[in-house]
Amino acid sequence: MQSKKAQKKFGKEKLQRIIEMCMAIENHTVDPFMLDVDNIIRVVKEYFPRWEQADELNLDAETIHHLASVIKLQSEWLKHRSTSLYTDPFLLEEKIIQAAKEEMVSIFLKAWHPLVELEQLSLHSLTEATRYWEKLLPLKERWPELAVPEVTMGTASRDELIRQRILGDKVFSKELECCWKDLKEKVHEGKILYWDFIGAETYEETVQRALLASFLITYGYATLEIHPLEEEIFIKPFEKPLTKVGTQQSISIPIAVTYENWHKWKRGELD
Amino acid sequence: MRKKKRGVYASKMKRATHMLFYRRHQKAGVKGWELHKALGIDYPKVLGILDDYLKSLYLQVKTVFEEEKTPAGKPSIEELNKARFYITLRGELTPKESKMIGWRIDDLAGLAVAISYIISKRGQAPRKDVEELLSEKLPGWKVGLNLDRYIRYGYLQQDDNERLYLDWRTRAEVDEQALIDSLLRSEAQTNLHSKSTSDEEEEGEEQEGE
Repeated sequence: MQSKKAQKKFGKEKLQRIIEMCMAIENHTVDPFMLDVDNIIRVVKEYFPRWEQADELNLDAETIHHLASVIKLQSEWLKHRSTSLYTDPFLLEEKIIQAAKEEMVSIFLKAWHPLVELEQLSLHSLTEATRYWEKLLPLKERWPELAVPEVTMGTASRDELIRQRILGDKVFSKELECCWKDLKEKVHEGKILYWDFIGAETYEETVQRALLASFLITYGYATLEIHPLEEEIFIKPFEKPLTKVGTQQSISIPIAVTYENWHKWKRGELD
Repeated sequence: MRKKKRGVYASKMKRATHMLFYRRHQKAGVKGWELHKALGIDYPKVLGILDDYLKSLYLQVKTVFEEEKTPAGKPSIEELNKARFYITLRGELTPKESKMIGWRIDDLAGLAVAISYIISKRGQAPRKDVEELLSEKLPGWKVGLNLDRYIRYGYLQQDDNERLYLDWRTRAEVDEQALIDSLLRSEAQTNLHSKSTSDEEEEGEEQEGE
């Protein structure tokens, strides 16, 4: 009697093999009818009650997904075979090889109706073209040379770059630390509405805070809590940054920080 | 009143003839919406009249629907607007005539083989396979050149994975169903011929004589 763990391992290997086979069919390297769909559904059904973990259920879903693709390919193949245009490729290939050049040409000429088209100048188009040429200004007049001022190379100080808003006035890591601290101070009951945290007096400042918030989440200083039914997004700071960041698959959550949304938030219309 | 209407259609037919015969874009033919814009909503009727007129010249107005989706019944104006219209030969060319329009027999046979092979492979085939097939009867140096020529003319197209597909000109000029039917019929003839009964030989000779 196999242990539960061993049975699970065996089941996973079976599903992996099915997925590989399906992928080979999808890549047109194997005939879609090589796959016994009933048998595979039986295998998937047999192991389904044993799956508990997310990755196991994921594997099960992936198998079904690939199986559906193969069934689609089988259906397309049948549809093509049922059309009058279907011919056995081997038969046709044999015929093409056997046919003499002359025979092939005479067959083709029965089905070929070449296009009739003219590319010809007329007196009218020549007159029009001459008239256009006469009116056309010389290139020198149409494209006057642009006076581009010469600029010499020089150096820019950090203060100048900050003034021009190319650099922020703080080191980024410091800014991130400040933002995290600010978040921890603002939260009630461990979380705060995302817009209440990033929202600021000006739109520019709001965008900057949204950028910092995204880095806080990516680097494991905070996380998002999403309530899809209520359409609410909360941000929750961690007491200590998570060290597991980057070791597991992360997901991206797009949040639109548009000017309109900022206005709504200012008016208190954004939940 | 009737005379006036006839005059309107005559003028529209003239305009349609110019649009269809003279190449306007890189690709030959005119899109339905262009004809709609130039001739008005009744452009299918104008094309019908033109097609009738062209019958006596052995030419026809050919409609190629978008993505080869030929409607089962009468096409709607939306479907026609998306279609492309061409003027093609109505009848068949003789081998002598095909030479006169600039096709050498080798090149034409190569095109016929490439198109039939791609049709038999459900519309796509690796370029390598087509090259191998053509090299059975054409010199190697010519095979690549010819395939590139078919691609340039718009008969075939090639993707990044070096797979060949049929392109717009094949869809406009070649009756795929007729080509496959002729090939299969010719297969039947070959089989009958191999039985070599005297009656069949005579029949074959008669056909060749025709």
